[in-house]
Amino acid sequence: MRVEGKGWVDRARPVSFSFDGRAFTGFDGDTLASALLANDVKLMGRSFKYHRPRGPFTADSAEPNTLMTIGRGARQVPNVRATTQEIYDGLKARSQNAWPSLHWDVLALNDFLSPFLGAGFYYKTFMWPKGFWEKLYEPLIRHAAGLGALSGLPSPDHSERAYAHCDVLVIGAGPAGLMAALTAAEAGTRVILADEAPRPGGRLLSETEEVDGRAGPLWAAAMLDKLKATGQVRYMPRTTVTGAYDSGTFGAVERIADHLSAPPKDLPRNCFWRISAKRTILATGALERPIAFPWNDRPGIMLASALRSYLNRWGVVPGKRIALFTNNDAAHQTAIDLSDVGLDCTVIDSRSDAQAQGEYRLIAGAEVVDTRGRLGLSGITYRRGSRTLMMDCDALGVSGGWTPNVSLTCHMNGRPTWDPDLSAFVPTKNAVSGLEACGAAMGLWSTRAVLRSGQDVACKAVETLNLKAPKLPIPNAAETTGDMIPLWSVNAKGRAWLDLQNDVTTKDVRLAAQENYASVEHMKRYTTQGMATDQGKSSNVLALAVLADATGRGIPETGTTTFRPPYVPVPIEAIGAGASGKGFAPERFTTSHNACKARGAPFIEAGLWYRPSYFPRDGDTTWREACDREVGYVRNAVGIADVSTLGKIDIQGPDAAKLLDFVYTNTFSTLPIGKVRYGLMLREDGHVMDDGTTARLGPQHYVMTTTTAAAGDVMRHLEFITQCLRPAWDVQIISVTEAWAQFAIAGPKARDLLSHIIAEPIDTQALPFMGYQPVRLHGIPSRLFRISFSGELAYEIAVPARYGAALFDDLVSRAETLGGGVYGMEALNVLRLEKGFITHAEIDGRITAQDLGLARMISAKKDCIGKDAALRPGLTKDRFELIGLKPVNALQKIDAGAHLFELNTPHINSNQKGYVTSVGYSPTLRSYIALGFLKEGRNRHGAHVTLLDHMRNMQAEVEICPPAFFDPEGTRVRR
Amino acid sequence: MRLPCPLCGARDLREFYYLGSAVYLERPEPGAPIEDWDRYLHLRENPAGITRELWQHQAGCGAWLVVERDTVTHEIIAARLAQEVASDAG
Repeated sequence: MRVEGKGWVDRARPVSFSFDGRAFTGFDGDTLASALLANDVKLMGRSFKYHRPRGPFTADSAEPNTLMTIGRGARQVPNVRATTQEIYDGLKARSQNAWPSLHWDVLALNDFLSPFLGAGFYYKTFMWPKGFWEKLYEPLIRHAAGLGALSGLPSPDHSERAYAHCDVLVIGAGPAGLMAALTAAEAGTRVILADEAPRPGGRLLSETEEVDGRAGPLWAAAMLDKLKATGQVRYMPRTTVTGAYDSGTFGAVERIADHLSAPPKDLPRNCFWRISAKRTILATGALERPIAFPWNDRPGIMLASALRSYLNRWGVVPGKRIALFTNNDAAHQTAIDLSDVGLDCTVIDSRSDAQAQGEYRLIAGAEVVDTRGRLGLSGITYRRGSRTLMMDCDALGVSGGWTPNVSLTCHMNGRPTWDPDLSAFVPTKNAVSGLEACGAAMGLWSTRAVLRSGQDVACKAVETLNLKAPKLPIPNAAETTGDMIPLWSVNAKGRAWLDLQNDVTTKDVRLAAQENYASVEHMKRYTTQGMATDQGKSSNVLALAVLADATGRGIPETGTTTFRPPYVPVPIEAIGAGASGKGFAPERFTTSHNACKARGAPFIEAGLWYRPSYFPRDGDTTWREACDREVGYVRNAVGIADVSTLGKIDIQGPDAAKLLDFVYTNTFSTLPIGKVRYGLMLREDGHVMDDGTTARLGPQHYVMTTTTAAAGDVMRHLEFITQCLRPAWDVQIISVTEAWAQFAIAGPKARDLLSHIIAEPIDTQALPFMGYQPVRLHGIPSRLFRISFSGELAYEIAVPARYGAALFDDLVSRAETLGGGVYGMEALNVLRLEKGFITHAEIDGRITAQDLGLARMISAKKDCIGKDAALRPGLTKDRFELIGLKPVNALQKIDAGAHLFELNTPHINSNQKGYVTSVGYSPTLRSYIALGFLKEGRNRHGAHVTLLDHMRNMQAEVEICPPAFFDPEGTRVRR
Repeated sequence: MRLPCPLCGARDLREFYYLGSAVYLERPEPGAPIEDWDRYLHLRENPAGITRELWQHQAGCGAWLVVERDTVTHEIIAARLAQEVASDAG
């Protein structure tokens, strides 16, 4: 019901929305909960376990009951709290966890079974037969209990992640936060003021009290104007700080579009912020706590502060005859505010000496012991002394006092401190480095004290930043705090709820204690108290108190459970914004990428690079035809491949040669200028790290190439050596991978092709195998290496990357005129397999130089990384050694990943003698060929073993042979 | 978590590569007993408290750092250029 003349909603702007298909009207400024209450809808949800009817219990983000699904289809968002969702034109909300309808829910049957469904019931009930849990019981329970569901469709909206930096982060824009922000801003610091609500004021928005002679919300709005005028403050409304992390970092979720009827297309739905602050002021206020009494969960029963919020902020009351149940003076304000607008209100106060503070009925020294009403409250029963009396009412406000909102102070493993005077946990000093709490979050209850504390804490923060804060006058405000006598639960017959969302009652907590789940963390997990989407904001302290009572300990000894981020649920879409699809990883393209794409090449990923797999042609039926054709280009004419993805590291300086001698197992100081050498690199633990060729360009100048996959690792390795192990060496290293486009020109006609575009002589005398020569290609200064990964006469030409695309087109068209063409990774792989050259398929991190048959490459004349470890007994005896394999039946398909067994032995793990690392079909040899590792394999050339792949159900008899299948003498490469 | 790179200032954790204990600075002499190599390569303290670790500002200036931090409080006590630390050690 709407109350005339009350609230801060804009009555000139009606807003239409729907709930469960019914159309309603509210006003601009309403939440879904306030607008529904204004329309006399109190039943808004069903509880998780017993499917009990529920209405709003709070007026803020602590809400346990009114979870709804907003929107339809791919845009639907489940488990939205109606108490924080702002309404907009066309908003469509649906209730959850009820079937067939919210008013008549079949599974409310669970409620009648509640005597059997107490804490831990499924551990006890569904134990037998064993296999039934996974297949029957769990799916049934999951179906019966639940919250809203995701659509399962990709979200059509986008969210963002962003970073913000400030000197002072103020969390909460209530009186303390506003005062702190203004103080910090006036001192000249850069301030971020983050607040959950759409407008500033915090608790002042819900109260009738004045600050500086003005209504609270107006004072707050004026403060915001002052803050903006300083030019130092970034005010972030609708932004909940969700977590505290190391080094003054905070996570925050900003709801950007969820309150808009037609958000602009470019507006993200949510933004997840990482805020980095030098100092942080926690002004998160306090949460009112209820009292547990029998049947305290009916729609119409809510916190006394929520009643005041609905009345004062939205001009709404949930009934005409209202009762209050309290143990403190502060809650009496609700009765005052209600009677001021002419509503009937009765206060039932557990304190026998309670005094009425206005014109309302007070029943002191009494407790509520029962309530009535199936889908909404219709009456209560209270006990005063030995008498039990009934009373009709349609709303009941409850207050058990206030609890400082300490959550963020506990995210860094801190625990709050029990304050016996306040009967509440307060923040522990320095629990989060650089963060200090103020106001109600510190347990201060009067507005004036809150304002002063906001200023004090801000002054301190500013001083630690070596600035001076001006002393601002403390505004006039209420100084009273009132009295409270703790009351956690009423001792009477009937179910009394603690955790409304997860249906945990006082009986469940007592049962946990009785069954020896007496530690608070055990109790939480046994009963699921505080494990719902609200994280027990309204129930945790109560549950602790009940557990403390049941175990005969005090509350401080019982302690709290662990507070963890996030403070409110955060959509994964926001946390992971930008990290899906193409945004998941950057893509690196070579200069020939577009040309390869135009030729229809499928790409394979190599690290972040994309490389062409093969180049299909019309009429091809399988990729193999393309691959065989491309191998043929290289063996018979000339092939072109982009090899720019290989790492290129430029090494210069007087100690460049020393560095290479130390990094590689073999020697590079003796390499003549204009020569290239193959090098093998170990990790310090003796295993092979990488391999590649290095050319000497000058006396103090080398260019190293690495494999595509290990380029980053090798660069880091070199930086480690030069900075950490050999800091005195004068040598500079830099990655030039992207500076040069590099192409392989391989095949018997490679020299023919190049001699047309290179001015310098490149015959075998001028540029022999493993030679390097600076050349001018079409007049462009370029680098020509005579190296080969295919065993054919071959060159690699490097040009500045900006010429890469043009050169690639030129090379390919020239190769095509010579009967060759471009080849992809599949052909490149077959070509290297035919020669027995290794890649990271072989050097998988467990392989030594000796395993590869390259032990002699470890120079005896010098030290190198990994040398000592490579010679240890564990790496030199009883090893798997590199071998070649070919099936006895040459055309029988074999696969990498298969295992090797002796012929006629059982195929069990302990009999495994080796494995296969690379396989390809060699069109040159008209046979499948493979590389692999076999125990003592080098001594067994010519023998046969069984190749077996359990996964692909493949078995073949294969012959062991040397790794080089084709031209083992290497005559072709020297032509 | 942010690390104070001596060259770049305080930078986010994600800019750094973590290697491990600063023991890696103390490479045994060539031909040292196998036990020394075992200690260098494999044996590590796992203290609840202050550790010395090697991090590289990989997505920044490329400098290797010796970072002293407390594994209990997450406090970063100091970060020095590994090149300086290694030079000082001779």
